[in-house]
Amino acid sequence: MNVPDLTSFAERWDRRHLLDLESLSAEEITILLDVASRLKEATEGCRRKLSLLSGKTCANLFFENSTRTRNSFSLAAKRLGADTVEFGSSGSSTAKGETFADTAKTIEAMGVDWVVTRHGTPGTPNLLARELGCCVLNAGDGPHEHPTQGLLDLLTIRQHRGSLDGLTVALVGDIAHSRTARSNIWGLKRMGAHVIICGPPTLVSPRWQELGFEVAHHLDEILPRCDVLNLLRIQFERQHARPFPSVREYAALYAMNAVRMRQAKENILIMAPGPINRGVEITPEVADGPHSVILEQVTNGIAVRMSALYLLSAADDRYRSGNQASA
Amino acid sequence: MKKPLLIENGTLIDPSQNLNRGGRIMMVDGVFAAVDPSDGDIPQDCDVIDAGGCLVAPGLVDLGVELREPGFEEDETIHSGSHAALAGGYTSILAASSTDPVIDSHGAVEFVRQKATAARGARVYVVGCLSKGRSGKQMAELGLLSEAGAVAFSDAPRAAPSDALLKRALEYCRMLGRPIFDSPEVPELALGGVMHDGQVSLVLGLKGLPTEAEDLAVARDVRLAEATDGRLHVGPVSTMGAVDMFRRVKSRGVVVTASVCPHNLMLSDAAMRSYESRFKVHPPLRSPRHVATLCQAVKDKTIDAIQSGHMPRSREKMMNDLDQSPFGISSLETALATAATALVRTGTLDWIELIDRMSTRPAQIAGLDAGTLGIGRPADVTIIDPNAGWKVDPGQFRSTCISTPFAGMELIGRVRHTIVGGELRFSG
Repeated sequence: MNVPDLTSFAERWDRRHLLDLESLSAEEITILLDVASRLKEATEGCRRKLSLLSGKTCANLFFENSTRTRNSFSLAAKRLGADTVEFGSSGSSTAKGETFADTAKTIEAMGVDWVVTRHGTPGTPNLLARELGCCVLNAGDGPHEHPTQGLLDLLTIRQHRGSLDGLTVALVGDIAHSRTARSNIWGLKRMGAHVIICGPPTLVSPRWQELGFEVAHHLDEILPRCDVLNLLRIQFERQHARPFPSVREYAALYAMNAVRMRQAKENILIMAPGPINRGVEITPEVADGPHSVILEQVTNGIAVRMSALYLLSAADDRYRSGNQASA
Repeated sequence: MKKPLLIENGTLIDPSQNLNRGGRIMMVDGVFAAVDPSDGDIPQDCDVIDAGGCLVAPGLVDLGVELREPGFEEDETIHSGSHAALAGGYTSILAASSTDPVIDSHGAVEFVRQKATAARGARVYVVGCLSKGRSGKQMAELGLLSEAGAVAFSDAPRAAPSDALLKRALEYCRMLGRPIFDSPEVPELALGGVMHDGQVSLVLGLKGLPTEAEDLAVARDVRLAEATDGRLHVGPVSTMGAVDMFRRVKSRGVVVTASVCPHNLMLSDAAMRSYESRFKVHPPLRSPRHVATLCQAVKDKTIDAIQSGHMPRSREKMMNDLDQSPFGISSLETALATAATALVRTGTLDWIELIDRMSTRPAQIAGLDAGTLGIGRPADVTIIDPNAGWKVDPGQFRSTCISTPFAGMELIGRVRHTIVGGELRFSG
């Protein structure tokens, strides 16, 4: 297959940074997903390499542990012909007291085109977007957002259902500490899905209702209505105090298991952003069962990251050549 | 000897005398000598300031300023802070004890006073530690600190951590005639928070500072003030719950005072959407409902005073991510204009009410001989152009700290001159 012509998509895209899904329009999300689909096809499910971005360099600036997202971004850049360079907090100058912004500026001075950043504090990609001249991609900022994870979830659902409009999607689990949840919430809403946020009240704020989302505390009550279940990991590492009495109790109330599958719609999609805690949010027979699309999500992750890198780069090229593009 | 100073053509505005009219005022030997002196009574060698179109008000008094010296001179020094105060129209400021070493000894009080005298900025009054070493455990030597010149006691910006300590200190201070200042917050409920706990923090994924952390602490504070009949000032406050509590206890006749920061009267938590550390203040910017309630509480005197909330931090400290950046902004030079923009321009207060909340009332709370244009009293004056609009440029600050939520914003009310003890110390 030839390199796809993505010019018409690039012309309709004018952002140089991808910081969140909350601020994206339905049209922008659609462009990101359409380009991802084409790139996935062109790379034969992400096995083939293209040369769309050769000569460019992507810096992965990860200040929190990550294996899959970091590798996914690296592979995405390489599949488009770009080079990658890796930075982490343990060996970086932040460990010596340098500010995060100064570390990023130093890396930018080495001549990179994108900074892909993960950090434990919400808003750090916004800080970088203000301070740096290159494109910034948010690969997860604390519990705020993880836009490419949200996009790969949307892409996976769209591939199975054709459209997101009118679907009922439940996000179940640790919403309070989940960046994946926040990106899903806005992306799904923008694309016309009905979003249910489900979990114990200590992890699901009633304020989500004020923002127009359905809040539920009993999975069994909402399960029969759901087209998609996205099971979010309990993020013990982010919690100051345990928000439920025991893991055993949580699993009894919220784990998706074989018994609960019998209450679900026949064609329900089971998703999880990973890593999954088997037996806590999801039992093995469900995680590995026919309704699970967990591994497809991983494959789609590379496609949406290629899409984001490509589109931001196109906007950046226009920006640098003096044409209109948002800073 | 200072030359006599005459201010003419301005509007004299003094809440302590209910004065609000055109006139002139003369200062001799550091005190107010005459209001509307006849031409014959004006000395030949008198300096004259033409205050045409301006308000001539008693110098502003700030109940809580962090000057950061000794120990954190990279944030601010006594010199830079006291001159920033002048530029903001303040003639008297109370310096917090949050230094290193802390202000819990005679020598530490003396250090600040000597530095302040040499700086020749605004008058600097010392707030001594409430607890020895600011450890929150043992009462500091409040009597000796008082003798050394401390005018109030506080562990701010941290709340008095022990109920029993606060109660004993309130009882003990009755004999000293000095107030205790407390910053209300239950630390356990506020742990890790960086902004107001509400819809905005929910969406941004930032840990919230819940209103109940402040409400519960205010409830404790006012109950202990009532029980001990001690002199307690609580602030800065930021919540509807705190306002409600003060309204109720004041209606019962309990003598307790409260203050608020001008940025909490003007900005809401929506500002945090930019994720910029210059909006990370303590107490945090709350939701618009809290802001509206605070403004109304200043109007009806449920909240007695407006304090700048000046908590300067160096640029390098503010260049980190939000979790690592400290709370704090530079606000001495914008406080008056911020309050005027939030309250006077909107018709909530008139200028005499604003001067009451920023000069006369704070002076009373701290027990200072200030906040008045009364004859024989110290000649501290702020001359304000009430209609002047100006754009905040942190590059022009006298403060070492340039972090401000108002950078680039248009405010009204410009300080033209600040006079301390009859001496012109700032003109802008």
